[in-house]
Amino acid sequence: MPHIICLAKQVPDPETPASQFKVDEAAKKVLPVPGIQPVPSQFDTIGVEAALRIKDQVKPCLAMGADEGIHINGPAANGADHWATAEVLAAAIQKVAPFDLIIAGRQAVDWDMGVVGSTIAEILGIPVVTIAKEVKYADGKVTVERVLLDGFETVESPTPCVVTVSNELGEPRYPQLRQIMLAAKKEVKPWTLADLGISAPQNRVNLEALFVPETKVETEFIDGDSPQEKAVKLAQRLREAKLI
Amino acid sequence: MPSGVLVFGEATEDAKLNPVTAELIATGTRLGGPVTCAILGSGVEPLAQECIAAGAGKVIVCDDPLLANYQGDAYLPPAEGITREADPAVLLLGQTMIGRDLAPRLAQRLGTAVAMDCVALSMEGDKLLAERPCYGGSARARYTINGSPQMATVRAKSQEPLEADPSRQGEIVKQAAGVDAGAVRTKILERRKEKAEGVRLEDAKVVVSGGRGLGGPEGFKPLEELADVLGGAVGASRAVCDLGWYPVAHQVGLTGKVVTPDLYIAVGISGASQHMAGISSVKNIVAINKDGDASIFKSSRFAVVGDWKDIVPAFTDEARKLKAG
Ligand SMILES: Cc1cc2nc3c(=O)[nH]c(=O)nc-3n(C[C@H](O)[C@H](O)[C@H](O)COP(=O)(O)OP(=O)(O)OC[C@H]3O[C@@H](n4cnc5c(N)ncnc54)[C@H](O)[C@@H]3O)c2cc1C
Ligand SMILES: Nc1ncnc2c1ncn2[C@@H]1O[C@H](COP(=O)(O)O)[C@@H](O)[C@H]1O
Repeated sequence: MPHIICLAKQVPDPETPASQFKVDEAAKKVLPVPGIQPVPSQFDTIGVEAALRIKDQVKPCLAMGADEGIHINGPAANGADHWATAEVLAAAIQKVAPFDLIIAGRQAVDWDMGVVGSTIAEILGIPVVTIAKEVKYADGKVTVERVLLDGFETVESPTPCVVTVSNELGEPRYPQLRQIMLAAKKEVKPWTLADLGISAPQNRVNLEALFVPETKVETEFIDGDSPQEKAVKLAQRLREAKLI
Repeated sequence: MPSGVLVFGEATEDAKLNPVTAELIATGTRLGGPVTCAILGSGVEPLAQECIAAGAGKVIVCDDPLLANYQGDAYLPPAEGITREADPAVLLLGQTMIGRDLAPRLAQRLGTAVAMDCVALSMEGDKLLAERPCYGGSARARYTINGSPQMATVRAKSQEPLEADPSRQGEIVKQAAGVDAGAVRTKILERRKEKAEGVRLEDAKVVVSGGRGLGGPEGFKPLEELADVLGGAVGASRAVCDLGWYPVAHQVGLTGKVVTPDLYIAVGISGASQHMAGISSVKNIVAINKDGDASIFKSSRFAVVGDWKDIVPAFTDEARKLKAG
């Protein structure tokens, strides 16, 4: 059984209605919306799904869920930028090594940066294959189907390596009650930077401002007594505006 | 002292200059230049002159069969070498399939950071201000970068290119890739193109896009017909691509394609920020949605509230008449 490490980040729910999405510009933070719980970053649950599919393929009955959880905490870890985060995660990964595969999301759906997986691969000096829609493991190699602009490509990589996954992989499985109960009993190891034997890495970027961009569009609602009338009017308006 | 702007140009699969290259060169020029454009690939040498016409003062061409299909392991050594040699203050790449993969790895090798998917860039003294959408397009963040070079990837079509001027003069330097095939750890086993019929989504003047409101894959037939009448292309929301109703290559949005048609017709699409991220520079959005409160209407110039099944066929008929007459 390959040893797979999945990286997962908690983010504000990206489905938060636009009307409730608010930013504290002075603090440069997104304000939590009362009643809306943070969720795991979408591509990260897809990453766990990718890992479980590999387990299914290798040994069907073991695939009940992730086996172990680690949570790295500490004020330093929380103020970290993407590069400091990658350093901390790479240190944690080295502590749980040996491993065969690290799966990360193509981007965390809060900042949408898309750098941590590749940066970890560079820190560890291992190959990385990004934006996967399928990940297979056999004989110490992974075969990854990548999403390209107008098609797909199949890439083979030796292990250990990093793969970042995209939504094209498919929906993550819905955990069954039994698994949720089992998960509740599993220990999530709380690690600090001291446990990793590192001090807080330096940030490489500064967030200078965070704001909600303005969209100012005057909307012209096309009215009519019937849908057909609206449709005809729309076509005529677009013609007048020289758009068709 | 690092100085000037280095941009990484790109060729398309059919060996033309990817338009994002001219956009990057123009951005570098606006940031103060001088702009050096590096272009990596196989058979890319003929593109050098075009980079100069687009505004680059110097072009570094790295032409090698090993660089034919992008692989990070093959591109990184020349990319790192060229950057260290040029020692630019600012390094720009496109937010393309290549740039997304290459930029974070290159940043780590150079010991710096990269702001990904930027839509607005400016200089404040010698500091690059890199502005990028985040939270699925709901917010904008502005970054400065502590390392050197200050790196950014730039969203395609977010920046205006300069007018191409074939009389511009510039220096062209050829450079060996210096990659050992054995150092490329990954291997491309196969590439499959999703066949695109008709107008390319990225080039289309009109895009007709469908969402979950179509109710099923068969809903795309009338949209294809409408796109055909208007000489446009068909797009899709991620929801319908995830459901398998329409091919992924047609997805518009944050994790799909950025499109810039003169007219974008959204049918049965709610207008999630992640979808709107793909059409943020489109001036004329038409939304057809049965929910009068759909958020897509906030960004639309023309809005029709109603069931698309009643509206689209009548609209197509009328458009056909108008086009004929
Ligand atoms: C990290 C991340 C990245 C994402 N990237 C993208 C992306 O690149 N592109 C993208 O599109 N999405 C993306 N999404 C998903 C996005 O958040 C939305 O879920 C998605 O865009 C919704 O698609 P939709 O508008 O088709 O469906 P829905 O939100 O379900 O909207 C359907 C609409 O159809 C209308 N409707 C229903 N029936 C009819 C009818 N008969 N006639 C007319 N109207 C009707 C409804 O009123 C509704 O407004 C991303 C999400 C995340 C978290
Ligand atoms: N703080 C974090 N904790 C765990 N995993 C993370 C964290 N930040 C990023 N990642 C992983 O790296 C991926 C890309 O993140 P990013 O580069 O921040 O967009 C995410 O989808 C996660 O899999």
